[in-house]
Amino acid sequence: MTIALSILVDGVAYGMILFMISVGLSVTMGLMRIVNLAHGGFALLGGAFAHVLTVWYSVPFIAALAISVTAVTFLAIPLERLVYRRIYRFGELEQVLATIGIVFVVIAGVNLFLGSTLLPIRMPPEVSSPVDIGFKVLPLHRIIVILAGLAVVAALYLLVEQTRFGIYLRAAVDNQDTAASLGINTSKVYLAAFALGAALAAIGGILGAELLPIEAYYPLRYMVLFLIVVAVGGLGSIVGSFLAALSLGILDTAGRYLLPDMGTIFFFLAITALLAVRPNGLLVKPS
Amino acid sequence: MTAGLQIKNLSKNFGGLQVARDISVDLPTGARAALIGPNGAGKTTFANLVIGALQPSAGSIHLDGKDISSLSEAARVRAGIAKTFQITNLFRHLTVRDNLRLPVLERERRTSRLFGRYDDDEAIEDEIERLLSDFRLIELADQEVRSLAYGQQRLVELALSLALKPRILILDEPAAGVPSSDSHLVIDAIKRLPADLTVLVIEHDMKLVFEVASRIIVLVNGGILVEGAPNEISSDPSVRELYLGAGHA
Amino acid sequence: MSRESTIDNVRTSLPIAKTHWPLVFLTLGACAAFLLFPYDLGFMTRILIMMVFVISFDLILGYAGIATLGHAAMYGCGAYAAGLFAVHISPDPLLGLASGAAMGALIAFVSGLLLMRAHGLSLLMLSIAVTMVLQEIASKARDVTGGADGLTGISMGPILGVFEFDFIGKTAYWYAFCALFVILALLRILVASPFGLALRGIKDSSSRMRAIGTPVYWRKVTAYVIAGAIAGIAGALSAQITSLVSVEVFNFALSAEVMVMLVLGGSGRLYGALIGTLVFMTVHHVAASIDPFNWLFAIGFMVLGIVFFLPDGLISLPKRIRRMIGAVR
Ligand SMILES: Nc1ncnc2c1ncn2[C@@H]1O[C@H](COP(=O)(O)OP(=O)(O)O)[C@@H](O)[C@H]1O
Ligand SMILES: [Mg+2]
Repeated sequence: MTIALSILVDGVAYGMILFMISVGLSVTMGLMRIVNLAHGGFALLGGAFAHVLTVWYSVPFIAALAISVTAVTFLAIPLERLVYRRIYRFGELEQVLATIGIVFVVIAGVNLFLGSTLLPIRMPPEVSSPVDIGFKVLPLHRIIVILAGLAVVAALYLLVEQTRFGIYLRAAVDNQDTAASLGINTSKVYLAAFALGAALAAIGGILGAELLPIEAYYPLRYMVLFLIVVAVGGLGSIVGSFLAALSLGILDTAGRYLLPDMGTIFFFLAITALLAVRPNGLLVKPS
Repeated sequence: MTAGLQIKNLSKNFGGLQVARDISVDLPTGARAALIGPNGAGKTTFANLVIGALQPSAGSIHLDGKDISSLSEAARVRAGIAKTFQITNLFRHLTVRDNLRLPVLERERRTSRLFGRYDDDEAIEDEIERLLSDFRLIELADQEVRSLAYGQQRLVELALSLALKPRILILDEPAAGVPSSDSHLVIDAIKRLPADLTVLVIEHDMKLVFEVASRIIVLVNGGILVEGAPNEISSDPSVRELYLGAGHA
Repeated sequence: MSRESTIDNVRTSLPIAKTHWPLVFLTLGACAAFLLFPYDLGFMTRILIMMVFVISFDLILGYAGIATLGHAAMYGCGAYAAGLFAVHISPDPLLGLASGAAMGALIAFVSGLLLMRAHGLSLLMLSIAVTMVLQEIASKARDVTGGADGLTGISMGPILGVFEFDFIGKTAYWYAFCALFVILALLRILVASPFGLALRGIKDSSSRMRAIGTPVYWRKVTAYVIAGAIAGIAGALSAQITSLVSVEVFNFALSAEVMVMLVLGGSGRLYGALIGTLVFMTVHHVAASIDPFNWLFAIGFMVLGIVFFLPDGLISLPKRIRRMIGAVR
């Protein structure tokens, strides 16, 4: 029982992190039809900024989070305008290569300034303290992560369902040509989606640093994980990403708790089987 | 036993959309038939069902009396059914000659061979040369297909399917995209097809249809509206209203 | 309609290999390198092994157009097979290569049955996942593979009972060279065969290939198995020559680098794979010796430069330059 609960809490927290980092990737991949291997770089950059701010300059965590996310967003904008814009038009293979190249450059850049050691983010001490929620004692960190994840889901839901940007976004994911012919400025939609995805990845990277530690090779180490969330969730689907991230988080955590030796094998075999049956993701039946 | 292609009660749904409803067509050997109908009527879908690129929701297809409904696309092609694509679908980075070579090699069951050059068989090389000259493509033979004008690509499209020596040939809008100055090339090529070949032309261009077809089937909303000789079809009031009257640009 | 304007393009399509220049160049280059850099034999041997690995990838990516990110799966299996073969069965190098090829082919067949049905992102993901599973198995099966410590205790007998592996690595160098030479020669025959033409047809249009009656799936599986056998040989060579197999043979980075090397040189020509490997490995080596950490900058910018400015790879450079000169005049 306690094990089941631990798996659930850890798995859900882990899933929320995966969701925050991957959802932007899913939307951009669905929207621009691009294979982007470099998305984890935004999570790394967010984490690296937060490390520098909290450890070098002792900036309070919340302020550091806000500054880092803003910084990543403003890095993403010129990157989209100058580099990604051209990558959209490439074939799939060139997209893979170009974004691998970006990953390498980001890793090397972080390496150059901060080295290849772990980059811890200093959080207020209360965060790691246990909290009694009546029937179980949980680390506060997990609760914060889960709440933040839920907040992101809610905010995204409102954004996509209730705003004009959301309408444009859905129209463009559905069919960009139609969207363009309806007078939607798809280029702006792309930029906004890209920057938003980068910001969310930065949040996920910073909040998730306890689970996925920040270091230079981060984007390469967890790339597969993020892409799997996208592939399982289905390109461009926010709901799909959420379900996929949660189930993968729980599945992976359960594997580690219950089959410490075989957990990862089990995890990847499950993914393989799933993608073999549903090549377009959980929610889409093969035609 | 009936020779030719018999299609019985063919239906196909895409989700809720029924794009083929209960289509029955009989194409005896040597038939020259045309399938016409407005855009979105389901003509291409019908061709894909016959060739096996799509699975029907219901119905059966018999070739010379044998049920081929459960055969794969590759098996049906080997049994003698071939089709051209409405939107040119060629090997763009290969030369015209290699484009024609592939179907010939495939027909001769050679493409599983790992050794021996692909151009070392005299008989096959001769056959390719003949195809090239039949379609006036000799001069272009060593060019990559992507560098050809669209009208010429349509000729390659036709030649590629004929290289399979099919017994049944379905042509999906063979003149689509061909400048009208070149459409006679396509029409001539179709007219030259061997008499024992069964041909079904899907076409918008009524001039072409009336020149090559002795029977016309009109498809609307996935179902057959009427079927008959060209003069019957051109005088049929419902067809006139639906198709000819609407200005067949 | 005049086609004069495109006459320049007339013979741009891949001619099937009629010359033997690539083999001659390879041999001359290997001899020259041997004489010029006698102290870098170990590094040059690694280049030769990588060349074997990258041309195997050219068969599936460059010819059949199958983009995977899991080619290390076959390399790693070949390495473990050859290592275990040497430890437990026989120190004979050629038998060891055969075991590597067999294992590479086997794993390619088993995974290929699944992978060759997938496309695009699913294919990339599945191929990565297969490699991850293999890496986990290798690191968990400590009794067999040595786990994270790697498989050690590989000692090789003399090649053909005559040529002992020497301390400087001369034998290893020529051994790897011969393997590469034979494989390149065989692949040149393969790509000029009807099967090779069919692969190029599949790359250009698999739907058309189906419409002319080709069992596209089985052709792809066959190509994958052949490439897998060759990748297995590459892994086996590395196991035999370094006397070590670690779980890193299954690293994602290796699969990615293979793709980078191939596209860097130019895919679909075989010799482009050799050029790309040579340039990549050399840049890697030099950059890493200047600064062991930041060679990734060099590689990253090299990849970006290629995809943005030279999408057909280094082998298209002469033509590019000629065209630029032509434009200036
Ligand atoms: N793969 C598909 N999925 C869903 N609908 C399709 C698909 N292919 C075609 N359709 C629809 O089926 C109808 C018939 O299309 P098609 O056979 O191409 O018509 P035609 O060739 O007569 O112009 C169209 O409404 C088209 O949108
Ligand atoms: Mg059509």
